[in-house]
Amino acid sequence: MQLTEKHKQYWNINLKISTVLLVLWFVVTFVMGWFARELNEINFIGPLGFYMSAQGSLIIYVAIIWYYAHYMNNLDLEYGVHEGELD
Amino acid sequence: MAEQIVTQSQFAKNLKKYYTFYTGGFITFVIIVGILEQMGVPNKILGYIFLFATILLYAGIGFMAKTADVGEYYVAGRRVPAFFNGMATGADWMSAASFIGMAGTLYLTGYDGLAFVLGWTGGYCLVAILLAPYLRKFGQFTIPDFLGARFGGHLPRFIGVVAAITCSFTYVIAQIYGVGIITSRFTGLEFQVGVFVGLTGILVCSFLGGMKAVTWTQVAQYIILIVAYMIPVVWLSVKQTGIPIPQIVAYTHSLPKITALENEFNDKASPKGAKEESVRAIFRERAAAGTAKLAGLEKDGPAFLAAEKQKLVDKAAALKAATDPAADPKAIDAAEKAVKAFPADAAAAKKAWTAEKAVGARAAPLKHHAEAFASAGKTPEEVDKNRGKAKKNFLALIMCLMVGTAALPHILMRYYTTPSVHEARVSVFWGLFFIFLLYFTAPALGILAKYEVYSNLVGSSFASLPAWVSNWSVVDKTLMNISDINSDGIVQLAEVVIGGDLIVLATPEIAGLPYVISGLVAAGGLAAALSTADGLLLTIANAMSHDLYYKMIDPNASTVRRLAVSKGLLLVVAVIAAYVTSLKPGDILFLVGAAFSLAASGFFPALVCGVFWKRANWLGAVIGMAAGLGICAYYMYITYPFFGVNAPLWWDINPISAGTFGIPAGFIGIIIGSLISPAPGKEIQDLVDHVRYPNLESDIDTKGV
Repeated sequence: MQLTEKHKQYWNINLKISTVLLVLWFVVTFVMGWFARELNEINFIGPLGFYMSAQGSLIIYVAIIWYYAHYMNNLDLEYGVHEGELD
Repeated sequence: MAEQIVTQSQFAKNLKKYYTFYTGGFITFVIIVGILEQMGVPNKILGYIFLFATILLYAGIGFMAKTADVGEYYVAGRRVPAFFNGMATGADWMSAASFIGMAGTLYLTGYDGLAFVLGWTGGYCLVAILLAPYLRKFGQFTIPDFLGARFGGHLPRFIGVVAAITCSFTYVIAQIYGVGIITSRFTGLEFQVGVFVGLTGILVCSFLGGMKAVTWTQVAQYIILIVAYMIPVVWLSVKQTGIPIPQIVAYTHSLPKITALENEFNDKASPKGAKEESVRAIFRERAAAGTAKLAGLEKDGPAFLAAEKQKLVDKAAALKAATDPAADPKAIDAAEKAVKAFPADAAAAKKAWTAEKAVGARAAPLKHHAEAFASAGKTPEEVDKNRGKAKKNFLALIMCLMVGTAALPHILMRYYTTPSVHEARVSVFWGLFFIFLLYFTAPALGILAKYEVYSNLVGSSFASLPAWVSNWSVVDKTLMNISDINSDGIVQLAEVVIGGDLIVLATPEIAGLPYVISGLVAAGGLAAALSTADGLLLTIANAMSHDLYYKMIDPNASTVRRLAVSKGLLLVVAVIAAYVTSLKPGDILFLVGAAFSLAASGFFPALVCGVFWKRANWLGAVIGMAAGLGICAYYMYITYPFFGVNAPLWWDINPISAGTFGIPAGFIGIIIGSLISPAPGKEIQDLVDHVRYPNLESDIDTKGV
């Protein structure tokens, strides 16, 4: 099977968006977890460090996944690698 | 079949109609049971109604979805719409531990317990971005299928089968345990009987219809479990604050008040703090006495034991001999009881005094609920050192749980069932969304329950305890243990010991709801445990029947034979799992943690490298998976107290986070193994391209039904 330049470009964009989203995931999980005590000094709906780990980070996770699905669907269409109609 | 003519969008529409109707029916059922309760039907009968009605319902769905088609049996015909696959994932995912245990863990540990909340949700980012779409494009039946096709040869598939069975079996035991606990608590059946009753419900479902039946049952179970979780929490929130959004008011309203109360309890100068201190002082004394006796026993052995006993005998004799009519008969009685209760030998004495020494923990000041990595120590340096350890373990546990989430085969398998790659991506979103609904409520429930205990229970009189406290302390001492240590007739916080599972189970009563809601909560917990057990048993049976039997032993087996083998194995595995569970092995939380660490170390590196690194090959996969599994299992073996080796920890990492070493070992193994052997051939390269693009012209076909 022969991949065109366009296909390679599609894959590179996929890698880029994946990396960006995973960096965000890493920050809200591990960086915020590491500095939880410091974040707790800030008050935002209760102590910020606690709030983020109990709720804030979870909301960001859901958003990350939604954004990825949405973005990749558009990318599929743009690069012509989308699936045919199922019906 | 008529169904096959129905288009995908009509199919989805019909499903919405069915499940809306179903939800309405279920609510009507709950209302009817509520009316029965008002008419005076005893609670035990209501418990039975909930138990059998829901199990019958699941069995009914299983029966309606029975199938003899391989594609339907293994992957539900690959036409589960994203929204419903999300619900099924939610039920598949949320286990008895999430439903019953999570809020209690958060109540008891505050911030540090949030590792579970983060780990069990954030892992879906890895699923969504690194695995689900690619596995869907590959589109066969099991996770070992992917390993077998991508790395070639039987060995990677075989290691995959071993890993899938090991982690799923460990996990399924924890689920069946949960089933036994719930059925025995709400119906009075014995634990072992409860296990087998629950198992029948699991089996009828997966036995008849495989993945198809399990999927539609899981959707039904999700609806029950989320309704059962939300109603009591929302009600409690209304009762405490007048606002029905617990996820916000817990932080803005209850948490600041808890913090203020914590300060008061810890401040010996305040009236409440002084009372707490009087209880703590008693615990400290008892602990000191226990420590001293242990030291004496260590030094003088049996002689010390005899001398101690003599002291008690003398004391009782002296009390009796005193002819003073004012002598308190209670004191004599107590002294005689103390003689009787005195440990018979050195081993019993050591056990009893070690337990006394341990009550010292109850004398410790409270840690703030929101405080991260609270730690204690004699010097500031020691405090810092312990805090560092706590932080390291918190992050390590999150990592193991997240990577484990992205590697547990019963979850990954769900993405084979969607109609397309796009739907697979969207269904990860729905899956996490439905899981999120419960997980962002649990920390709020932990706070609301804490507020109830701190503000209403503490300070109330022992003569008139709140009803839920006296009820539960009669039912189960491990869940609610309360006694007037300092004999002042008033409840102090240090006099109360709460078991984690109590929080969710008692919330309906704390919120002042009728018993029907308690029954609903039990049904929800049962749904959570059964749905996870369903998915896990199916994974184990499929790994054995499809990967081991069909792919490796007899590739010419007929469809009928393959399904017969699969169903037979399902039965055998279920019975073995129920038997092992009825022996009540060890600590549930550790079993769950072990399953995650094993899956993370065994599968994750091979799966991710299989998609993202074309150079990864047979030797790499074999070395990587074996090293990951091996290191992880080895570390658990040498450090988990159950096995009795008790070797020193590596970098202070707890055995539950053994994946911290297994995951890197897996990646290093794959990289080294792949680089020292030739790159995979063109066919494999084409396969990788195939999974990377949702649709390619001149694409190869891996559907292989």
